[in-house]
Amino acid sequence: MSARIDETGIKIGMWLFLYSEIILFGGLFVLYAVYFHEYPEHFAVGGKELDRIIGAINTVVLLVSSFTVAASITAIQRDARKHTIGLLLFSIFCGFIFLINKYFEWGAKIHHDIFPNSETLVNGEPGLNIFFGLYYVITGLHGLHVIIGMILLSVSLALVLMGKVNKSRFAMLDNSGLYWHLVDLIWIFVFPLFYLVL
Amino acid sequence: MTASQSFYHTPAPPGLTGVKAWLLTHDHKRLGLMYLMAILFWFILAIFLGLLLRTELMSQGRTIMGPEMYNAMFTLHGVVMVFLFMIPGIPAIFGNFFLPIQLGTDDVFFPRLNLFSWYLFMLGGLVAVISLFVGEGFPDTGWTFYVPFSIENTANVGLTVTAAFILGMSSMLTGLNFVTTFHRMRDKRMGLMQIPLFTWSLYATAWVQILATPVISITLVLVVVERFLHIGLFDPDKGGDPLLYQHMFWMYSHPAVYIMILPGMGVISEIIPVFSRKSIFGYKAIVWSSMAIAIAGSLVWAHHMYTSGMSDVSVFVFSLLTFLVAIPSAVKVFSWVATMYKGSIELTPPLLFSLLFIYLFSVGGLTGLVLGAAGTGIHVHDTHFVVAHFHFVMFGGTGFAFFAALHYWWPKMFGIMYNLRTANIAAVLTAVGFVFHYIPMLILGLQGMPRRYYDYLPQFETGNFLAGFGAYVMVFGIVLMFVNLAMSFKKRVPAPADPWGGTTLEWKVPSPPPVHNFPDKPEIMDFPYDFSDVVKNKRN
Repeated sequence: MSARIDETGIKIGMWLFLYSEIILFGGLFVLYAVYFHEYPEHFAVGGKELDRIIGAINTVVLLVSSFTVAASITAIQRDARKHTIGLLLFSIFCGFIFLINKYFEWGAKIHHDIFPNSETLVNGEPGLNIFFGLYYVITGLHGLHVIIGMILLSVSLALVLMGKVNKSRFAMLDNSGLYWHLVDLIWIFVFPLFYLVL
Repeated sequence: MTASQSFYHTPAPPGLTGVKAWLLTHDHKRLGLMYLMAILFWFILAIFLGLLLRTELMSQGRTIMGPEMYNAMFTLHGVVMVFLFMIPGIPAIFGNFFLPIQLGTDDVFFPRLNLFSWYLFMLGGLVAVISLFVGEGFPDTGWTFYVPFSIENTANVGLTVTAAFILGMSSMLTGLNFVTTFHRMRDKRMGLMQIPLFTWSLYATAWVQILATPVISITLVLVVVERFLHIGLFDPDKGGDPLLYQHMFWMYSHPAVYIMILPGMGVISEIIPVFSRKSIFGYKAIVWSSMAIAIAGSLVWAHHMYTSGMSDVSVFVFSLLTFLVAIPSAVKVFSWVATMYKGSIELTPPLLFSLLFIYLFSVGGLTGLVLGAAGTGIHVHDTHFVVAHFHFVMFGGTGFAFFAALHYWWPKMFGIMYNLRTANIAAVLTAVGFVFHYIPMLILGLQGMPRRYYDYLPQFETGNFLAGFGAYVMVFGIVLMFVNLAMSFKKRVPAPADPWGGTTLEWKVPSPPPVHNFPDKPEIMDFPYDFSDVVKNKRN
């Protein structure tokens, strides 16, 4: 077969993988939908207890990082290596900010005895228990994806530094970028579902 | 002539030697054979587990094992058969080996990902083995891991579920690889309606793998999370709903049934025309029915839950959808039979297995309608009728298609012929044993014997004894079949490139194929099942 790299094919593979990720979260959103239908008031009460400011900051942080990742792909295509490296470093930094915010958010909740199987939740309203249960599972799994995304971006960064990702061959960076956008996209759904509910 | 040297003598990537040439290979053919070894190991293990279970049931009371052992053993039998044989079986072995060849290309699109999938498969199997021997031992939940039992229970559910998660990942990546290969690597001259039907069926399967597997992945993750954190998402005490687990489980696991059967149907669609020397009847209808099964099959999951507590409307809707799946399946059966009509039939082991497939699968499909209809479905729910039904479809269907594929492509994969007569005898023995084994179970189920029970009432003893007897005949047939195949390595009767008179591309290359599959650019026929040349050559 031809030695030329089929970039469209690589993209198709990546998109198929992203579909499967969306369906993975889709299963959790189905759970959310069913339980929201069952306990709408408790979900509203639970949503008010989450910190909207931190949530909004995190949304902005992820959106900005998504932009910088996209910009880094454009930069590598224009052979602007320094820009690429800077933009990628900034994106990974945004990932850290997101996780640190999440850490403080979870920490405050846990401090108030709101965590899976805690006294307050088990003895309180079942609807609230489900709301916070889903909150921990979904944001937890999303956080894991943020970490995976940061690893992918770091690998791409290392490859850029080594010169293996360059103007003519940047599929790895491209796909890491797609993955990062997916992480962002899922957050765009998670944020209103938990923080802005009613 | 180096160009036509077989892939056994040419490592890919080049330069690898010895065991490394296998363990680090990118060659889809070697990977197919590596899957074959691993999957056969699991298959034979699970067969003997099943045989022990039926031996236990042959007489009332304790026969050879206690009830806890029995529960763990039927779970292990189910988990191994479903996750380590049925789902990967045909796609991972024959799909890997033949999909690229049938598409006229030299490998799958992501060869390294393919190797990675194999390692995931082995890792999943290893985790399953570990879960047997550490902690409280293998779970006794049944392969469905229903909550709340799977969450409360002290056995190693967590590890086993993790194994299933890893295996799902492997299956999904294989599907992703096949879809990409199908679109990007196909010979440019091959149009969509010139693709062999086996590859078409793998394509339909691959979509189900990609779209359905993540749902079970997340469900299994939730089981593990619940076991560690006790959130209560499925616990009514804490506001959860255990029914949701069943919905999410079957949302994958019913489509998974089609992951198991569609490639088998593809195998049959290849074999029937070759040994009838006649073009397949209704090529397009078969292609579309594969896709229709993949789509409709994804919408019927709740027919596993008629007695779990659903509204009458849902039962009605899911019953109707279940009936719809029967249509494309029947289209295929009709096409196969119509292909044979007035054909020049040559009865060989692959064809014999295919004919047995059609018969057994039809029984399985029709008993499926008994279960899909809400009224009768509730009557026989969770009885041995269900066990017999899904063994007719899974084993009589996928299992026999697997045997057919093994006998059909054996000469191509290894370059040697097996003894046809012994293979025929083994096929008949297996089928006779099969009927003796499962027909009594259908009757036992109608009489009300529940599934998964360790013991039963005295009136069920005759049926259970007969079923056990049938099991021994069937296992004897299967063992004979494998021994016969193994003997071919000893006799080493060389196989020609096209021993059967097949027309698809894998029969245009030497047996076994060279590493890049096609020494010369293959000729793409206008229609993959045009036997006029084969018939002409035979006459001369």
